[in-house]
Parts: sequence; structure tokens; C-alpha cells
Amino acid sequence: MYKNQEILDYTVGAKNGPADDYAWPADDHLIPDWVYTSQSVYEREMERIFKGRAWNFVALEAEIPNPGDYKRSYVGPVPVVVSRADDGSIHVFENRCAHRGAEFCRSSRGHAKEFVCPYHQWSYDLKGNLQGIPFKRGVNKQGGMPREFRNEEHGLLKLHVTTRHGVVFASYSADVEPLEEYLTPEILKDFDVVFPGKPLKILGYYKNELPCNWKMYHENLKDPYHATLLHSFLVVFGLLVAGNDSAMIADPVHHRHGTMASAKKEDKYAAVSEENKKEMRSFHDGMRLQDDRFLEFVKEFDSPWSVTMQTIWPNLVVQREMNTLGVRQIVPNGPHSMLMTWTMFGYEDDTPEMTRHRLRQGNLMGPAGFLGLEDNEAMKFVQEGVRRSSLDMNVVKLDAGNVGTTTSLISEAAIRGMYQYYREVMGWSSPIAG
Amino acid sequence: MMTLQLSGYAPSRVGARRAAELRPLVEHFNIEYCAVLDSGQIEEWPRFFTEDCVYRITARENAELDMPVGLVYAEGRPMLHDRAVAISRTQMFAPRTMAHILSAPRIVGEDGQEIWAQCNYVLLQTLVEGPTTLHLAGTYHDRFVRDGDELLLRERQVIHESSVIANDLVYPV
Repeated sequence: MYKNQEILDYTVGAKNGPADDYAWPADDHLIPDWVYTSQSVYEREMERIFKGRAWNFVALEAEIPNPGDYKRSYVGPVPVVVSRADDGSIHVFENRCAHRGAEFCRSSRGHAKEFVCPYHQWSYDLKGNLQGIPFKRGVNKQGGMPREFRNEEHGLLKLHVTTRHGVVFASYSADVEPLEEYLTPEILKDFDVVFPGKPLKILGYYKNELPCNWKMYHENLKDPYHATLLHSFLVVFGLLVAGNDSAMIADPVHHRHGTMASAKKEDKYAAVSEENKKEMRSFHDGMRLQDDRFLEFVKEFDSPWSVTMQTIWPNLVVQREMNTLGVRQIVPNGPHSMLMTWTMFGYEDDTPEMTRHRLRQGNLMGPAGFLGLEDNEAMKFVQEGVRRSSLDMNVVKLDAGNVGTTTSLISEAAIRGMYQYYREVMGWSSPIAG
Repeated sequence: MMTLQLSGYAPSRVGARRAAELRPLVEHFNIEYCAVLDSGQIEEWPRFFTEDCVYRITARENAELDMPVGLVYAEGRPMLHDRAVAISRTQMFAPRTMAHILSAPRIVGEDGQEIWAQCNYVLLQTLVEGPTTLHLAGTYHDRFVRDGDELLLRERQVIHESSVIANDLVYPV
């Protein structure tokens, strides 16, 4: 729990009701507060979304390059282990001993020949199969497991696994479509720019807890409107300015995935028209850096975009902010909280100077990044606002005629697209009248 | 050139007597450094560093894996200046106060004009109507150079134990 909630931990009762009692507002340009605040709605999301027909990001292959390598991860809020077996295959299973339920894997990452639960030393192979039970036949012909006990019926709970170009996904669903189809060609295009299949070099990790609902993180990256207003850094330095070449791309099938894309102009500092300046309170005329190396954009990708921020439903963000690259994994933690684990990387063939450039540019992102911290603050404000207030609707009317993909930054069409899909999955697809 | 050892234990390379001579200098520096940060005068913060300094904040996990990433990763005082100005003038965040508690200043070695030292810190954060929370805890790993009677930081590696950061880290540590 976010520590500040030790004092301010109140949710208006009507916003924490049973999912069955809620109906979607007739006007689909509104989002009701209860999607962010109801425990019951949250439980339904975990079952229908994270454990439903979805591919959840769990790891990069570069984190577990060798047989026996493993890492702790999550699918939704469920702790899992990602492991590489002796034959090189990757396996994902719940981090819960099949015997008495102990979360047996305690290290963030490591190397093992097998997994042994420390409580009663049941052992599992790298694929999650139960191998050994101490005193299985008892002692002196007394005690022990019944004759009919079969190890193969008591393995770890295994998930389905797929990979693409070094990125590992897992699913509880046996009938989820293949990953490429799941992502759609429109999303795959920019995904493959970051992950062309060449070896990655992991540069390190961040972890933080955001005191907000997990969906807000998706919405924030489907909301190009905020980027031009909240982030003075983007505006002043022309990383994203109203009027830049840009796009908010939603996958055409479900609108659940998105790519927020923009193309930086050649100049380091943006030229902003007098008319647009008046609309942007955070614009600081004449703001110049003493060291602007970290704004340099090395053209290393075959893409018209200098920035792509991808939201891959339900738990992955792929960050390509010029030359600083990373994946962010969303771990929902109740309606009012989420964990985020960040893995920052470059490529094995980067020069030392290119690595340093990526690290310098990394100051834009992460829990202390010039953009990252402002997003986190804003989402915290929204969660606190919706929990305790009397009003109960969010207004998303910008670019009202569109749903999904849009070329205008002043648009909430991608957010509405995501909620169209969400309502279908969650059982609120037909709005009731009035 | 030797680099700071950010994980594991290595015995101090200076004797007790020499450490006792140097410790007050380092302590005085750290107390002033934290007094500036705790007062909120962030634009004063870069003056504690040399022009060619290195400043990084990173998790113990990264230090132990020898990963180079930083929550903050700065090469040179101008980058610190830019961060300080951005935070004090342009960044959007809820008002807060910070308080550093320092402990166990350790002299690790001397190398020509440089003093290598460590110091443990606890960083407390207080938000409006929030409890005072333990926001970050860990160790400074430092290389100081002499500047007349005073010291300047040529390198400060801020290693934090806290594995999950509460929302964000706004101010320097």
C-alpha cells in the first residue's frame, strides 16, 4: 500500500460497489469513476483481462540467456517465475508450491538446476514439473504419500509461453490468438523497430509503486493531449509540440494496444507559434540547457518517428524516447495501486559512447525522469480525486467524432477506443438509456 | 584509474589516525550538502560538485549486477545545473519537504589529491497531509577533491536499498 494511504485511505462507498450493480453511462464520452475505485470491478478485471485471452509480458530473453537462468515476474498481480530449461526453452509458472502454497522463489533473478521449496523441500525441474518429494514412501513403511499419488498431477501451475524477437509473453488462456495476430500489423511495425531481433544489452532496472489504478497508465499513453501541456520539457525542447508530425495509433481490431508517435524537428529547440504559446501555460520561453547532449537524437532506426511509446494490452509499455529504450511492466496491486518494473536496455553492438548517450537520455524517463515523475504525480492526483470526491464521471470528449487512431494530438479517441474494448470484455457493452 | 567499489566489502585503505583527520572535513561537507537540499534551495546544489563530476542515483540491485543505469545519471556540473533549474522552475509535482539523516561517515582511501569516502543516509519525505515516510535509504560512495580548505565532489554514487520507490523521486539526494 502506498504509504500516504496510511492516513488518507477513504473511498466513497458508491464508488466501491459490486461490479454487477454498475451500468455504463449512456454517453460513451464519459468514464465512470468506479472503474478506478471498485474492488469488485478490479477482481473481474484480473479474471477476465489478465487471466483471460491476453498475452502478458513477463521478461526479456536477455535477462535469462542461459539454461538454468530464472527471474521473478508477474502476470497481473500473480507472482510467477520465468525460467530457461536445459533445452533452451522458456517456461513460466506460478510462484506457489503445489504442496502448501509457499512462494518458493525469493530472489529477483538467479541461476538454478532445479527449484526447491524451502518449507518441505519439494523439488521442481526448470519446466515446473514436480520431481521429488522427501520421504515420499514414508519411514519404516509408515506415513508417506498414498500409492496413487502421481507427481505429474502435482506440478507447478504452468502458463502458455510465446516469444518474439527476445520478448517473452505468457498467458493463462489456451485459445488466445498467436502473438503476431494479437498485436496486429499496425502495432507490430513499431514493436519490431525496437526489437528487430538483434541481441539486447540490459542496462539496469527501476521499480516504483504508483498510487493509481493500472488502467490510468494505459490511458496516459493514449492521451497525447497531456503530453503537450503537462510536460514543459517536451514542449520547450520540441520533443512533442502541438503541430509536430505525430500520430496516436490504435490497433484496428480492438483499440486495446496503442502507439503514441512523434517526429522531432531537426532543431533541438522547438519553434512554438504565438498562438500555441498562449494555450500552453507550461511553456517557458527562452529556456535553454547548459548541457543539451541528452537531447541529441542519433538516427539508428528505420522509422519516420523519433519517439514511439507503445501500450501493449494488458501490462506492457515499450519505450523508445529517441535513443533511450526500455520496457515497463504493469503489476496491478488492487484498485488504488500498481507496481511498475522498468528494464532499460540498449543493443549488444552499441559503442561505449552510445551506451552513455542512452544513459544520459534516460534522465527523461523513470521514477526520477523529467517526464516520468510528472506523469506519476498527475496519475496520483487523479486517483485521489476520484476516490474521495462527489462528482463521479471523467469527461473524454476531445476529437469526439473519432474512436481509436487519430492524427491530432488534441484527441481522446484512443482512450475511448480502449474503453470500447474494455466494456465488451467486462460485460458492460450495451449502454442503458438515459 | 581505479573506480569506486559500489558493492561488497573492502577494508579501508587508510589507518585510524588518518581517517580521524579526514573525517571532519567529509562530515562538514555532507552536513552542508544536506542542509542545502533540506532547505529546498535546489539551485545551490550543483556548487558542491566539480565541473567534470559524475552523479548517479541507482538501486543496490543495479550496483550488485554492475548495471550502469541511473534514476539520475549526470556527467558534469552543467547537467546538474539543468536538473536543478528544471526541478525548481518547470517541473510539476506536489509540494513536499525532504530531510536527510546521515550516519557512519567512512574514509575508504586516499589517492593523490582525492579522498574516497562513504556515508549512510536515510531520506525522509513529507507530503501535504501525509505522514513523514522513509523515502530512500542507502549509502553515498564518494570521491572528493580538495578546493582550498573545503572539498568538492568529483563523483557521488547514491546507492539506495529501497527496492520499490514510492511513486517518484523529485529532488536530488
